[in-house]
Parts: sequence; structure tokens; C-alpha cells
Amino acid sequence: MREAAVASEPNPLQRIPGVAIVLVLLIALFGAIAPGFLSVANLSNVLVQSTILTMLALPMTLIIMTEGLDLSMGAVLTLTSLCVAIVSLATKSMLLGLGAGLLVGVAFGTVNGWLVAILGIPPFVATLGTLGMAQGLSLIVSDGQSVVGIPHSVRDIYSATLVGIPVPIVMALVTYAAFHGLLYHTRFGTYIFALGGNREALRYAGLSPNRLLIAVYAIGGAMAGIAGLLMTARMNSGHPTAGLGLEFDAIAAVAVGGTSFERGNGWLLGTLLGVLSVGVLRNGLNLISLPSSVQVASVGVLVIVALFLDGLRSRA
Amino acid sequence: MTDISKEAIMPPRSFLSQDAIQVFYRLLAALLICAVLAVLSDSFLSLGNILNVLRQASLTFFIASGLTLVVLTAGLDLSVGANVALSACIAGTVIHKTGSPALGILTGLACGGIVGLLNGIMVTALRIPSFIATYGMLWVLNGLTYWYMAGETLHGFPAGFRQIGSGYLFGLPIPVYLLLVFLGIGTFFAQRTIWGQEIYAIGANPVAARLSGIPVARRLLLVYAVSGLMAGLASIIFLSRLNSAEADIGESLTLPAIAAVLIGGTSLFGGVGTVFGTFIGALILTLVLNGMNLLSVSANWQPLVTGIIVILAVWLDMKTRRRTQ
Repeated sequence: MREAAVASEPNPLQRIPGVAIVLVLLIALFGAIAPGFLSVANLSNVLVQSTILTMLALPMTLIIMTEGLDLSMGAVLTLTSLCVAIVSLATKSMLLGLGAGLLVGVAFGTVNGWLVAILGIPPFVATLGTLGMAQGLSLIVSDGQSVVGIPHSVRDIYSATLVGIPVPIVMALVTYAAFHGLLYHTRFGTYIFALGGNREALRYAGLSPNRLLIAVYAIGGAMAGIAGLLMTARMNSGHPTAGLGLEFDAIAAVAVGGTSFERGNGWLLGTLLGVLSVGVLRNGLNLISLPSSVQVASVGVLVIVALFLDGLRSRA
Repeated sequence: MTDISKEAIMPPRSFLSQDAIQVFYRLLAALLICAVLAVLSDSFLSLGNILNVLRQASLTFFIASGLTLVVLTAGLDLSVGANVALSACIAGTVIHKTGSPALGILTGLACGGIVGLLNGIMVTALRIPSFIATYGMLWVLNGLTYWYMAGETLHGFPAGFRQIGSGYLFGLPIPVYLLLVFLGIGTFFAQRTIWGQEIYAIGANPVAARLSGIPVARRLLLVYAVSGLMAGLASIIFLSRLNSAEADIGESLTLPAIAAVLIGGTSLFGGVGTVFGTFIGALILTLVLNGMNLLSVSANWQPLVTGIIVILAVWLDMKTRRRTQ
């Protein structure tokens, strides 16, 4: 396991089967039982709907690789989405809205990192606390109401296309490329592997694990900010429960994608396939008219099964 | 070997132990909050409000007491709130369908206990980290509850059943008597029985506990089942107090329960804490939220404050322990 933590390129061949099989099975299943699932319109719909989750699941992968967790992501996304809505409504400027969302997201991410790295509070409790804080702030800034009437410039982001490709998908692809480059082709990426695999080695190498850890959580917050813009554009409003439980879908995607919770091993492409698996599962269940409550439950089952298999693999 | 294991199982507990001192500080804090609130608000010291605080604290305590045992083993149960919601909805349906509160109470308790047992199986047999396993369970239960209720609300239960949550006996709300009973049972179980002491030993050092012959998996299973059972009990009291059941009643319960455990001085790292401490924790949290209510702070502020309290409590706990070590 040490070797895997040191080498920046994990051995993907070993893991391709797991998540790829899940995805193919899900597509085959819904292709067979859900009318219209395999239509181009529906499949592109799945892709567009998976973009927000991609933006959360990629940083979540990095955080989980450091043996951490960020339960606050969904609530922070809700808050940043509201900030985007409120600021862009007030200033009529999409960029100022995005700036506000980013600022709030990075602030929350930094606080998470600070609580985990400097105060040493276990990540799941620290981020559970900030989940409550973000949820509370969302209720306070919105007074429990939807924020409506946001400018066209924000709305158009979700529906516009760039050379025929929907802008959200372009944003998700750019995000993936950025994370791939960051994790596999920069020194910072190697340090992230070391944060989960061998933190002592970082210290001996004269680096500050704490600062790196804060940076990783701050990246998570920043992505929640950008995803907040997409969420506001998608719903055409800011809503105080918009991101409820999204962090769970993100954790599910990471777990299904084969990133380990205990060994500092992460695989970004796996996470991407995991995101698609969650997206296909939700979309397929939706098409066969099962309510969203069943979708939520089935994602829960998906996570538990994935973690069980992860545990089996680690013991094998 | 026998000496070591005995010490691990039965740590010395004199009258003024570390635990007692920790509880004493927290009692002082609770009194201080009372004093501040009595000055700030005229209605705080009214009998009605004090009974209300006790009743509210007892609801938090029921969930938090089972959770305390889980946290003592260095685990966490994030599914308690969702468990309360599902158990309440199922118990409510049974009462409506059969007209028998006793049957409803039994189903609610059974539902809570089974969910807890499933959590325990995931943690012990499948070896999934408890916070992830119970977090997955949270969403499974949420999904099930919303699907089962399909947006409906159950209301209107028999008057006798409603007495459990809203009735009085000798001037005190009935939940307060239940609180005293379970505070007694919980404290006795944790401090005075071998099983209870084994739970402390597992939290303090799971390897040592296993090597000294404690059936760790079985004790963990018990602990998660008890946590689920207490959530089931809380669901009954909620149901009878609110006189209605909806799918979303559990959403605001988990964070306060965790807050109560942590304020009460139970360490997230296991092996340290008391059920009585959790009672004080529930009291402190309820006093703060009640105070905000009396000072007409909007309920929207409650999750923010609870979140801050959770983080503060863990931080304080870690700070004081580092100093004493």
C-alpha cells in the first residue's frame, strides 16, 4: 500500500471492472426496462444533470483521499447558490454573483480545513458542525423563502451551448481536466496522495501537512461555490434546501468509483464513472416513475454495497 | 494478563473522579445559562417554561442516551433522526389501522431496534466505518419514510396514547419521569454492569479489549441496537406529543442529539463519558435554544447555533483532555 501512496499514478486496471461494470449493468438494466432511457435526448439529459454532482465529487475525492470527509458540501452549495442568487439579483451581474458564491464557498472550505488540520477535530464531526452552520445561514439569508427573479445572464449558463455542447458539460469537462492535471501531474497532487498515505513523510520532507490539508478543503469549498452558480441557474432561483443531501450523492460517487476511505488511494476517472452511475440510477428510477424517495434510498444502498466491496478488497 | 485486563475493564471510579469533575463543570455552566436567561427574560423562570425545557430536554436525551453508548465505543450513529421519523410513521400507521396504541408502541420500538441492529451489522460484520454506514442508513431511511408516507400526514391518535408525550403526573410532564427512569437505567448499565464497563474498554482500546476476551462484535451490535431502540422510544414520545406524524420530523433531531452527547463530555475518541453527562448536555442545549426562543430570535438561527456548539464542544473536550494527560 505504501508504494501506491508514493506513486502518483495508481493502478487503474485493477479497479476498472468494479465501477465500469456497475455503470454498464445500470445502463443495460434501464435500457431494457425504462422506455426512452436510451434516447439521445435522455442520455444528454443525464449528462447535464450530472454536472453539478461532478463538481462536488471531484474535490470530495481529494478530501476522502486525505482520509477526510466533507459532510457540509451540500449545505455549503445551498448557501453559495443563495449568495449567487441574492448578489446577482441585487447587482444584475453574473460575475459578481459567482464571486460572492466563490468567496463564501472558500471561506467555509477554509474553516473546515482549519477545524480538521489545526484543531484536529475528526472531519465527519467538524463538517457536520459546519453543515449545521451553513444550513442555518441559508435559512437566515433567505428567511426560508426562495429567491426569485434572478437575471438572464445567470439563467442562460445552464441552457446555453458552446459549439453544440451544453455549457454545464463544458464546465464539468474543464473541471475534470483541471483536477486530473492537479492530482496526477503536479507536485501538489503527489502531496495529496501522501496526505492520506504517509503524512509523516511530508513532514520529513519539510512540508506543512496542515497547510496542504486546508488547501484541499478550501478547493472543495471553491467548487461548491462554482456548483452553486450552476444550481441557481438550473433552478432559476435560489432555494434554502436546494443542495440538501447532495454531499451524499458525491460521497456515493466517490465510494462507487473505488476511492478508498482508509488508504489514501484515489481515482478521479473512477469518481467520474461513479457520478454517471448515480446519475443513471436516479434518471432510470425516475423514468420508471419511482418517486425521488426511492432514488435516495437506492443511492444509500449503492454506497453501503460499494463500501462493503471496498472492505472486502482491502482484506483480500 | 489478568491484572491488565481487569484494569481495562474496571477503571477505578472514586467519588470525585475525573468524570464527576467534568459533570460538575457542566452543571455549573447550565446554572450560569439559567442565571443569564433569568435576568434577560421575565418568562424564563415561570413554571410553564421550566417544565417545557425539561420536556424538550427529555426528548433530546432519549435519542442522545443511546447515542452516548455508541460514541463511548468511538463510533457514531448519524441515522438516529431518520430512524425516529420512520419509526414514528410506522407506529402511527399501526395505531390508525389497529386502534391499539400498545401494538403501535411495540412496532415503533421494534422498527427502531431493527434499524439499530442493521447499523451494528454494517459496522461489525461488513466492517464499514460507523459514520459512513449510519450516514448511508440515514438516506436509506429518509427515502423509505418519504416513500411510505407519500406526502401524507397522520394525525389524531387516541387520548390515552397522547398522555405519554403531553400528559402530567403530580404536576410533572410524563416524559420527565421517563427521562429519570432511563437516566437511571443508562447510568446503572454503563457504570455498574460488566457489559457497560466492557463498552468503555472497547472505546478506550479495541485491541486490548479483544485480547482480554471481550466479545467486541457482540457488544458493538448491542450498542447500535440500543441506540436504535432509544430512537424508537423517542419516536413514540414524539408521535404522542405532536399528535401527528410526517416524513420530515427527524431532520432536525440528529445534530442536537450529537451536540448533547458532546457537550456532556463524552469523547468522540471513545472510552470517556457518562450518560448523566449527556443529560446535562441535553439540558444545556435545550436551555440555549429555549433562551433564543424567549429572546425572540428566529428559529432559523437554531441550526447555526447548534453547529457552532458541536464544534466548540469537541474542541473544548480535546483541549481539556490534552491538558490533563
